[in-house]
Amino acid sequence: MTDLATMPLSKALNAGLQAALANDDHVLLMGEDIGPLGGVFRVTEGLQAEFGARRVIDTPLAESGIIGTAIGLAMAGFRPVCEIQFDGFVFPGFDQITTQLAKITNRHEGAIRMPVVIRIPYGGHIGAVEHHQESPEAYFTHTAGLRVVSPSTPNDAYWMIQDAIASDDPVVFLEPKSRYWPKGEVDLSARALPLHASRVVRRGTDVTLVGHGAMVATLLQAAALAESEGTSCEVVDLRSLSPVDYGPILDSVRRTGRMVYAQEAPGFTSLGSEVAATVAERAFYSLEAPVLRVSGFDTPFPPAKLEGLYLPDADRILEAVDRAMTY
Amino acid sequence: MTPPDTVPHDAVTPDDPHLVRVLAADGTFAPTPAAEPYLDAIAALDDTLLETFYRDMTVIRAFDRQATNLQRQGQLALWPPSYGQEAAQVGSARAARTQDHLFPSYREHVVCTIRGVDPVDIIRLMKGLTHGGWDPTDPKNGNTHLYTLVLGSQTLHATGFAMGLALDGRSGSGDAERDEAVIVYYGDGASSQGDVHEAMVFAASFQTPEVFFLQNNQWAISVPVRTQSPAPLHLRGAGYGMPSIHVDGNDVLASYAVTRRALDEARAGAGPRAIEAATYRMGAHTTSDDPTKYRTAEEEQSWARRDPILRMRAYLQGRGASDAFFAEVDEEAAAVAEDARARTVVLESIPVGTMFDHVYSEEHPLIAEQKQWLAEYEASFGEGQA
Repeated sequence: MTDLATMPLSKALNAGLQAALANDDHVLLMGEDIGPLGGVFRVTEGLQAEFGARRVIDTPLAESGIIGTAIGLAMAGFRPVCEIQFDGFVFPGFDQITTQLAKITNRHEGAIRMPVVIRIPYGGHIGAVEHHQESPEAYFTHTAGLRVVSPSTPNDAYWMIQDAIASDDPVVFLEPKSRYWPKGEVDLSARALPLHASRVVRRGTDVTLVGHGAMVATLLQAAALAESEGTSCEVVDLRSLSPVDYGPILDSVRRTGRMVYAQEAPGFTSLGSEVAATVAERAFYSLEAPVLRVSGFDTPFPPAKLEGLYLPDADRILEAVDRAMTY
Repeated sequence: MTPPDTVPHDAVTPDDPHLVRVLAADGTFAPTPAAEPYLDAIAALDDTLLETFYRDMTVIRAFDRQATNLQRQGQLALWPPSYGQEAAQVGSARAARTQDHLFPSYREHVVCTIRGVDPVDIIRLMKGLTHGGWDPTDPKNGNTHLYTLVLGSQTLHATGFAMGLALDGRSGSGDAERDEAVIVYYGDGASSQGDVHEAMVFAASFQTPEVFFLQNNQWAISVPVRTQSPAPLHLRGAGYGMPSIHVDGNDVLASYAVTRRALDEARAGAGPRAIEAATYRMGAHTTSDDPTKYRTAEEEQSWARRDPILRMRAYLQGRGASDAFFAEVDEEAAAVAEDARARTVVLESIPVGTMFDHVYSEEHPLIAEQKQWLAEYEASFGEGQA
């Protein structure tokens, strides 16, 4: 029986975490301010009250300490879920993520698994100060041993957080913070897709638009505008950034012959670069136009008053769609 | 800017009121005032255990020398000698109980061997055949975790593991035969790493069943300990609210006694403990190093006079150990070293596919695709020859 509920993405994550804590007493949440406060975005609200301070742990203010002790807890049989407060604060923990967490299973030749999830709110559109609006996904997708995913809807958030916790590999779980608040429908009875599947979220025939996280909503907005101008866009939500599920993307590009990748992150050596190169290799004879990218500029994330110009919006995506259509 | 030329905190100065030592450099039993609380426990150690301490130190030094030679002969890429640090390692590793968990850095050959790790597994790491070498979950390896080459990283893993023991009720019951504890090894160089600081913060906050065992071997490659800290390192524990002990790490009896007590206190639920063991890296940092560029022969000779094995040998002789005992240990040492050589020179390379096998625990399409591509690429050359 289908069990539907309407809630914002932040509440869907909360419900997914609640389910994971209830299902397995070795699932732990750990991070800064996640206890009585419920995290700065309230994603863990109420969970410490329900599961206690030994399951939902307010840690000292030290990101390397959070990740490094999560590794030790995983060695001892736990499944820790770490919250990093903001994207730009992950870097004090970057060494433990890349040199340790990502490599421990490999170093142990499979004898020790690392079921650790690192939740990171990421991306712009919240008008915040430096280090609070970044998109660091490429650092993690470039590191072998990590899985990297990003939900774009409340339904995906609810299921993907549970699937990430169930994974025996480390998962970097990127939460599009500008999408925390809009509500959507969650099917509490069954997951629609596996963790690492990409998904066509809008059908179209002229151009394939691909993106991840908060950008998916902008792509849909651009596709609606393009439609009114007579161009039919298909939209693919990447969902999993590592590994990438190329099937739906290649199927789509083979039909449309054109592709635009949009992302908040700087474009140089980005997810969009990797997907564009792979599509060019594998769908070369189907392409009518070069694969185009619309990205944040290759600058530090600017002061918030300029973020509207830095972050790709529907108009910049449409400009790329128009360019693709000129070929 | 160079650090101020402070008085070197040579840990073996007899007037250090904090220093725990029972054996003087010449092997006479001469306890310091700080050793007083440990004397009953030391008096209760039987001859067999004392002889085991000596045997461990002598046999594993012979292995360590053999491994150094194997590197010189091109068999290994690198070897970091444990030469000189045997007492700190034997004392602490023998103090750990069977159920305890040990997190080494990368110079703990003595610790690993005592706990059951095959020394040739350490050689496989240094020969480029593996990034690990042994399975910490296999009971034969005595809960000894893998070497960690990024300095200090393992202190956080040990602390998280100890948090897990406490959360699971595997420590703190009051039964010393059952309660588990963790000991983590690091050095004077690693003590400057932020991860060690964060590990001590977490350990103190969560009152982990854990001992931080710092081997101060006086040198971080070429940089002396005074550059890491103008203050004695054992003073740092107090800042975290953690009892700290300063022990002569070249005195195996003192090293054993302080670690035994610290681990038992930690396993009983009293919270983490810190130990600074003053010792000396008598060899090079690794076989790629040249200590003559940064330290004097005079300094090396002064520490050679405090050699942990000579000290224990003199002590045992004073207690009446026979020449036959020492001869038998020397024979065993030679045999173990020869066995390591024999098994090292026949080590075979590893299959190409192992590069891909454990990147992830679960299926990963990109890795699977690349593994298959490489296999086909390699096979294509074979077809050409056929």
